[in-house]
Amino acid sequence: MEDVKRIKNFLVNFGPQHPAAHGVLRLVLELDGEVVERADPHIGLLHRGTEKLIEYKTYLQALPYFDRLDYVSMMSQEHGYSMAVERLLACKVPLRAQFIRVIFLELTRLLNHLLAVTTHAIDVGAITPFLWGFEEREKLMEFYERVSGARMHAAYIRPGGVAQDIPRGLCDDLFIFLSQFWRRLNEFEDLLNKNRIWKQRLVGIGEVSALEAMDWGFSGVMLRGSGIHWDLRKTMSYECYDLVRFQVPLGTGGDCYDRFLVRMEEMRQSVGIIQQCLEQLPCGFIKVDDNKVSPPSRAVMRHSMESVIHQFKLYSEGYSVKEGSTYITVEAPKGEFGVYLVSDGTNRPYRCRVKAPGFLHLQGLDFMGRGHMLADIVTIIGTQDIVFGEVDR
Amino acid sequence: MGVGHVNWPGYVVYYTGLKLIESLPRVVKVVLNIGGELRVCVKVESLSLVLRFLRGHTSFQFVSLLDMVGIDYPVRRRRFEVVYCLTSLFLNLRIQVVVNVGELQWLPSITALYSSSGWLERELWDMYGIFFRGHPDLRRILTDYGFEGFPLRKDFPLTGFNEVRYDDEKCTIVYEPLEVAQEFRYFDFVSPWQFRY
Repeated sequence: MEDVKRIKNFLVNFGPQHPAAHGVLRLVLELDGEVVERADPHIGLLHRGTEKLIEYKTYLQALPYFDRLDYVSMMSQEHGYSMAVERLLACKVPLRAQFIRVIFLELTRLLNHLLAVTTHAIDVGAITPFLWGFEEREKLMEFYERVSGARMHAAYIRPGGVAQDIPRGLCDDLFIFLSQFWRRLNEFEDLLNKNRIWKQRLVGIGEVSALEAMDWGFSGVMLRGSGIHWDLRKTMSYECYDLVRFQVPLGTGGDCYDRFLVRMEEMRQSVGIIQQCLEQLPCGFIKVDDNKVSPPSRAVMRHSMESVIHQFKLYSEGYSVKEGSTYITVEAPKGEFGVYLVSDGTNRPYRCRVKAPGFLHLQGLDFMGRGHMLADIVTIIGTQDIVFGEVDR
Repeated sequence: MGVGHVNWPGYVVYYTGLKLIESLPRVVKVVLNIGGELRVCVKVESLSLVLRFLRGHTSFQFVSLLDMVGIDYPVRRRRFEVVYCLTSLFLNLRIQVVVNVGELQWLPSITALYSSSGWLERELWDMYGIFFRGHPDLRRILTDYGFEGFPLRKDFPLTGFNEVRYDDEKCTIVYEPLEVAQEFRYFDFVSPWQFRY
């Protein structure tokens, strides 16, 4: 039987220029017919060496790099970094600043989940949620702009507090926004939840068991979709998350549809958190009252020489941080975002490691996609909510 | 109150540390880091054992490896410090397992123990050149195809060595040695009177 030919599997390059690759993902797929045998993601096309760059910047200069990591959940990452610096400095953030932080962290969660769900829908074939969702994102970005001057890369949450107090009238507008946002969410769910095509594409696709999720280092929605109750806002309770009431939605089956439902419910919970924060928002300082860490206000600088010196020193040399290392994790919208910060006692970080949730999620693409059809890979990439800014760093 | 930061229940961490010393005497050195983070220093030889123990033991159950951090200290005899950040989702505990490794030494790969370590080890190999023995697929991960050098080492310059551009005549991408118009500026703010470590 010499003439029996061996059949080799088909190799397909998915991306880097593919709209469903969510950026620059080169995915080498080994296909048996239309069934995926193996997926090998080639990442690093957006690698900018953020970690190396941060080693050459002062602590404050390093902050804006964090906006640009995961460029759809900007403030969550600033917040992770700020918390790491604060822990090394052993400084406590005033309560008002914590509330403002939580408001904007949850707005960021809305921003991120709106993008995640709607682009997921567009990958699968539904275009309307995308158009509606981006209208809401536009409004959310306006809040970013009003508070920091930048629509996306805000650099608003800084070590010691936030950059400046929220402008007058913002709380009212936020309240109006939230009271209409419920209805938008209902509209999304009307379109998608019972949609036959949406369910056919999502239910039973990319199933992850609880054990697999833990073993592969998943976090955030990817973990909660598999039914593990793990939300750092609850388990670690940083900032003022213990002063607001919210619930952690969980999935049961661990498939893409469960994760979609978890994201939708998380958005509702976020709306609730922001409303509670607006009700409880206390008066007080918005950054730590220590001019060695936070710059003095403009008004004080007009008649205080000491403040001028402080301001000059802060923006040229920066502050020196005590020697030590810390690992801080926060619940970013995509999962657990970690910052491992090593200080050698100078004004620059000795090492700043950024732990991106998407990196480990993308690693799981291989086992999640195995045995599925080619088109399901698109669904799985969508449900993992991959952003290459943070995966490649 | 929400004042202050991560409020780990200190006594639980303390108790876990004590228990660890009890169970693995002379193998681990337990340190409490800033803010009550549990840190365990081990030797390269006992790394697999300690990780297997931490993963399997009922009172630890560190089943998730969420990060591996490399730090380069060129002045040390074993220049790289590798930190394994483990999490126990059942007990709400975190631990950092620290191991020091030299430039010409290898670390055992723990891909059989933690599936998530596959890419994390690849990244450390890519960035620092730390070799992981027994890794099924130790390729570079973040840098360019055909990249040379290990960029996160302290002796690797920030600007790198090569630059990439599209050549119109050759109609292809060319790699050239780096030319910068301005010398790289690095301001050393540390006062000469200050005690330096």
